[in-house]
Amino acid sequence: MLKIPKDIRDEIITRARAGVPLEICGYLAGTADGKVKTHYPLTNTDASAEHFSFDPKEQFTAFKDASARGQRLIVCYHSHPVTPARPSAEDIKLAYDPTISYVIISLAAAEPVIKSFKIKAGVVTNEEIGIT
Amino acid sequence: MLIISINIMKLTINGELKEVAKATLTVTELLKLENVTMPDMVTVQLNDEFMRPHQYPGITVSDGDTINFLYFMGGGQ
Repeated sequence: MLKIPKDIRDEIITRARAGVPLEICGYLAGTADGKVKTHYPLTNTDASAEHFSFDPKEQFTAFKDASARGQRLIVCYHSHPVTPARPSAEDIKLAYDPTISYVIISLAAAEPVIKSFKIKAGVVTNEEIGIT
Repeated sequence: MLIISINIMKLTINGELKEVAKATLTVTELLKLENVTMPDMVTVQLNDEFMRPHQYPGITVSDGDTINFLYFMGGGQ
């Protein structure tokens, strides 16, 4: 189970709403057993309403900061401003990291929906999220 | 007497100290050891220097090197 502190969950939702109509993205770092501790908002270099890409320099900055805290990058998140919280065909195609959790924040409904997935070799598995 | 010399490199890979029993090791080979199946889809820093994917097969790592690699992250709705 992925455990996300309420304040970090709220930060992500606030950021996703502020980013509309564009997708926003970032990393969450924490422990190997899925406890999120740190939020790294990253730039969507695509600046797009339909796509996102991380900035490699920002990725390494987050990686090094997380490592210095004794944490690892355990979540890649992005928003879906107008579509459901499930991986698109493009999300699945571009999910190269078999270890990370892919979290999607959907703003398609009145209330935001957050879901997490593991994606390995194109196979998507739901992952339970606990808000702590 | 047969003496076999095994070179062991100590590398720090994504923050973890690892020992690799290889005389030489390219970045491509290292990524394969790390179970990276699509090396073109990772960004590599060797001792804090960014590398281009086309460089991976031609650059060898050395004892004491620090190698960090992160997967491309992207997608779309």
